[in-house]
Amino acid sequence: MAKMTKEEVIEVAHLARLAITDEEAVHFADQLEAITNAMELLNELDTENVEPTTHVLPLVNVMREDKSIEGLPRELVMKNVKEHEGGQVRVPTILD
Amino acid sequence: MNFETIIGLEVHVELKTESKMFSPSPAHFGAEPNTNTNVIDLGYPGVLPVVNKTAVDWAMKAALALNCEITRHTKFDRKNYFYPDNPKAYQISQFDQPIGEHGWLEIEVNGEKKRIGITRLHMEEDAGKLTHTGNGHSLVDFNRQGTPLIEIVSEPDIRTPEEAYAYLEKIKSIIQYTGVSDVRMEEGSLRCDANISLRPYGRDEFGTKTELKNLNSFNFVKKGLEHEQIRQEQVLLAGGIIEQETRRYDESTGKTLLMRIKEGSDDYRYFPEPDLVDIVIDDEWLERVRAEIPELPDARKARYVSELGLSSYDAMVLTLQKPISDFFEATVKAGADAKLTSNWMMGEVSAYLNAQNKELEETELTPEGLAGMIKLIGEGTISSKIAKKVFKELIEKGGDPNKIVKAQGLVQISDEKVLLEYVTNTLDANPQSIEDYKNGKDRAIGFLVGQIMKATKGQANPPLLNKILLEEIAKR
Repeated sequence: MAKMTKEEVIEVAHLARLAITDEEAVHFADQLEAITNAMELLNELDTENVEPTTHVLPLVNVMREDKSIEGLPRELVMKNVKEHEGGQVRVPTILD
Repeated sequence: MNFETIIGLEVHVELKTESKMFSPSPAHFGAEPNTNTNVIDLGYPGVLPVVNKTAVDWAMKAALALNCEITRHTKFDRKNYFYPDNPKAYQISQFDQPIGEHGWLEIEVNGEKKRIGITRLHMEEDAGKLTHTGNGHSLVDFNRQGTPLIEIVSEPDIRTPEEAYAYLEKIKSIIQYTGVSDVRMEEGSLRCDANISLRPYGRDEFGTKTELKNLNSFNFVKKGLEHEQIRQEQVLLAGGIIEQETRRYDESTGKTLLMRIKEGSDDYRYFPEPDLVDIVIDDEWLERVRAEIPELPDARKARYVSELGLSSYDAMVLTLQKPISDFFEATVKAGADAKLTSNWMMGEVSAYLNAQNKELEETELTPEGLAGMIKLIGEGTISSKIAKKVFKELIEKGGDPNKIVKAQGLVQISDEKVLLEYVTNTLDANPQSIEDYKNGKDRAIGFLVGQIMKATKGQANPPLLNKILLEEIAKR
């Protein structure tokens, strides 16, 4: 049985940029543990000769020709943007 | 050095397709900000990416040109991260089944050839461009978001900053020949990150590596690595340890500065991209792409040496850039001598382009023009010295070298009678020089030739002039 710790939940929450309290972390740890344990059931199946599947439809090579279509008008692009300046989106600086 | 340097390079190349990797918006450099985007690039809910077939063809072409094995069953994966340059909060990339693996290329440093392994070549999409304004805000242009990229990861086979430079030149050259990218570092269509670590000579395990970013030219890659190599050595010799971290190269000081402690690949939570189906490459597809690969720089270089008799070094320099190599071939095809053409390309042409900071295609020079001029030299119609004048005219204004020579009266004086007259007049006017020469001062000849060249505006046929001059002095 997998064990999910509070610390792991906090780390995952950080990676997903979710703000959670310590109490919530404990709460979610219990829930996530139950979920991962339920998923563990799948490990009981013999999948030795089963190809890994990443897609439910038996399709490969779905592609389009390299033709371009004019971009959206900039006014439209900026419609849901909180702040913009000179046609660019303005965001707080995050130095990486 | 007490340590051996281990370098691996990650090179990103933008493919010059018409549309983006997963959306049909235009993928061109230089448009007004945020005019080349659509709902797929902007990560709107409910949109679906569709793979650009040409981008896959071209990634395969680049992989084949770099001697990679093609992965016949390949797929895309999601790399999750939050950063304002990517509105989707994930990049579609390839994780465990890159389209190409186990490739290599050959470099030559100080006359020594070396094979550098290529671990993998994978397809992905570019992110938007961030401009930091410096007042706590950054501006984002999403035009670049979704542009097809290939990432080429080298094996840690590189041992010196010079080898790193040579590797980059070679990658650029090979990709340029395949025609899948402009590979212009100044426009960002070729970018490079470098990993570097040190280990004591004789040890098998690698030391801890640091990653260098912000390397905006091949020269900065070399300089950044040179600096980092010394920094790491000093830390190690002082008994310190190297942290696995990302460092930024500072162009103004030539130093590397700590940016952040490196995150592990687990943090990206890669998983197979559920919005795209797998790609299966059959023999027919693979062979069609393989057949489109033109003659590559190494093959051309070998041909220049064996068929045209050029030196290995000259052949290497001429084949490095495809436009230069194509121009050279067209000039030879137009009837010019290969060795003379090579000399002109590597001499005057190259000097002009460097001085003017121009590309060959931005000048008026044509292969026919250059070939015509070289033929005029060969026939003795103009001297090499006069040719420089003609050349300047050809590269700046273009035109027919025959017409330029006639219109400007530049035809070489090869008529012995005419030359004899100049020689006689000059000797009459300079009895002292004749005496000096007879007293063993060879330099006096140089002075006399100079006087005659001046009088003929440089048009005297040099070998013929020398011959007549010596004959006439002997008679006096």
